[in-house]
Amino acid sequence: MNKKRSFMNSIAAAPHIFWAVLFIILPLLIVLYYAFTDSDGHFSFSNIASLPSYASIFWLSLELSIIATAICLLLGYPLAYIIAKSKPKTQKILSMLLMLPMWTNLLIRTYSIMAILDNGGIINTLLGTSMQIVGTKGAVIFGMVYDFLPYMVLPIYTCISKIDKNMWEAASDLGCNTFSTLTKVIIPLSRSGIISGVTMVLVPSISTFYISQKLGGGTFELIGDTIERQFVTGALNVGAAISLVMMILILISLTVMNKFGDSDEGGIIV
Amino acid sequence: MKRIISLFLVLIMILSMAACSRNDDEVKTAVSVEEIKKPEYKSGQTITLKVYNWGEYISDGSEDSLDVNAAFEEYFNTNRSSLYGGAKVKVEYSTYPTNEDMYSKLKNSAVAYDIVVPSDYMIEKLKNEGMLFSFDTSTLSNYKNIPESFKKAYYDENNEYSVPYTYGMMGVIYNKEIVDKNDIYDEDNKKTWGLLWNEKYKNNILQFNNPRDAFATAMYWKGLNVNSTDPDEWDKALELLKEQKPLLQGYVNDEIFNKMKTESAAIAPYFVGDFLTMAEEEENLDFYYPDEGVNYFVDAMCIPSCSQNPHIAKEYINFMIGETAAVANAMYIGYASPNSAVINSEEYIEAMNEYAYEGENGEGAYELLYNYTPDVVNAAYDSLYPGEISPACYRSFDPDIQTHVNTLWEDLKISGSTELWVHILSIAIVVAVVAYAGYSIYIRKKRSRDYRMRDKQKMLEKRTKALENAQKPTE
Repeated sequence: MNKKRSFMNSIAAAPHIFWAVLFIILPLLIVLYYAFTDSDGHFSFSNIASLPSYASIFWLSLELSIIATAICLLLGYPLAYIIAKSKPKTQKILSMLLMLPMWTNLLIRTYSIMAILDNGGIINTLLGTSMQIVGTKGAVIFGMVYDFLPYMVLPIYTCISKIDKNMWEAASDLGCNTFSTLTKVIIPLSRSGIISGVTMVLVPSISTFYISQKLGGGTFELIGDTIERQFVTGALNVGAAISLVMMILILISLTVMNKFGDSDEGGIIV
Repeated sequence: MKRIISLFLVLIMILSMAACSRNDDEVKTAVSVEEIKKPEYKSGQTITLKVYNWGEYISDGSEDSLDVNAAFEEYFNTNRSSLYGGAKVKVEYSTYPTNEDMYSKLKNSAVAYDIVVPSDYMIEKLKNEGMLFSFDTSTLSNYKNIPESFKKAYYDENNEYSVPYTYGMMGVIYNKEIVDKNDIYDEDNKKTWGLLWNEKYKNNILQFNNPRDAFATAMYWKGLNVNSTDPDEWDKALELLKEQKPLLQGYVNDEIFNKMKTESAAIAPYFVGDFLTMAEEEENLDFYYPDEGVNYFVDAMCIPSCSQNPHIAKEYINFMIGETAAVANAMYIGYASPNSAVINSEEYIEAMNEYAYEGENGEGAYELLYNYTPDVVNAAYDSLYPGEISPACYRSFDPDIQTHVNTLWEDLKISGSTELWVHILSIAIVVAVVAYAGYSIYIRKKRSRDYRMRDKQKMLEKRTKALENAQKPTE
């Protein structure tokens, strides 16, 4: 019986394993291969050795994405809290409104923001000015916040709405006002939601290239742009090396962040 | 585990079965189409001809245009089929966005394309890597339509690998309302790239967001060779671009269409064919070719060495340079056509006159496209720098220069972009998060220590009580 079940299990898992191998593991191996070879296919450390020259680009990407994540958290947490506290019917409407922009493709949304903020765009036309907004770092941060805010709100919202109603009552019975309930009970209990929200915003903002290209006006590069350009100009090996190091750094930071998550809640991805 | 490993090996084998690339050990000599035997086609058989072209780069039957691929099928099936055992042909058409995409697809995928349309420098690269069939262009009945100036190009000196499809030239687009007409001329009264460096138009200037074209604008301006293998020349160009950066509104690609049409920007370097499209919607735009030299590109049809039907590919090429197909394509694409049948076609001239563009001397789109041709550009360069090969066409980079240019480009992007608040804010956030994490860990530890102490105390109290209780009865 047991044997039969495990056989059935492995049959059921086969497509998934096949998928994972073909589209996750194999591409990773290819990246690994390119990162450690030169353009003639010989083993080489030269790509990895050339990485320090990208440090300042990497720092800039990290800084911008940290700021964007912090803004997302500051905006997203109250929003998630409000949605979770409202009536079930309102909850449905509010979360749908939150999801609504995500029905439009990210590229189209970013492109439209560019049209809105541009020198001859809607804002400048209405104000009768020609402020330079596109091309600043602020515009890129704005784009990141706009594009990734739902990824911050949704996990926090799910986490808050899962908190037992008795907790709220117990807190107020024991003398907490609304504010101290929030700080002493709700925020600590929704920590796993915050951590997955932060992860889901931080990781795509570090590696974004489209937002910085359109809203940054191309006047500076983020690490995603650098990787993209390496691949487009055919320097596959350097591009692969940067991606590899990025992956490792993200993996490390996720592990560190998970340390702060509740171990029994299971938290997130890694 | 063993199974997984073997699965890996099989997958890697499948993926590494490259179609068009050859091993380095093999001699890189091209095979001629005429030398190989025609496959035995049978009546009733349908041959699939795989054509791989740029996006939006063929007349496809939309908006009352001629569906060129369907027209080829019909022509082949009625007129040429008998030469191929009565077989019918079906065109399978797919597109790519850049030369590099096309190259990697050709090199790494197992699809055997019959026709590709790379640009000049890419043809040179494909040719050098032995990825193209050679063929005898003199056997093409329509080859007479190709003007002499497009023959014997540097990438195909003997006209045996490629047949030109379209070409285009780079120049400067500017907004007549904003830019003073005198500013497009330099002290010698020549049209100049220097407009892109004019401080009067700060924040109104756009630049290409790719190293090749951006460096070219600076290099043409100062008479440097865009195909230079000397790193110093590139460093000089970098200085010019760094000088230009504070004046720029941004480095852009296709956003240029939108920005120029909405008057978000006033000056931008771009290609003339695309300018005509922009001018359809914004009448204040004008265009000029700087006298210091411009880049032109030629996209030409080639037969990759992986082609299964090179003979039919030749038929396709011949059909495409015939008047019907070439005129339809030229009207649809809007780029200049290297084809005398097109240039002299009344239908085409009439269609070009429908463009909204009108230059200051009343010249229309047709004159803009054809009055200034690659041979004029080359001749102009020859008179400026006698004895040198005209750098109007880009050549393929060798890897060292490619790396060098990439590094310079990163340098350019990093330069001048210090906004202090970004550093301060992000560091403040990190400090705050670390402080909070430290604080909460401290609190947690302290609490658990307190609890442990309390537990211990309680235990002790219990024990003493128990002891006391135990001692009581004996009293």
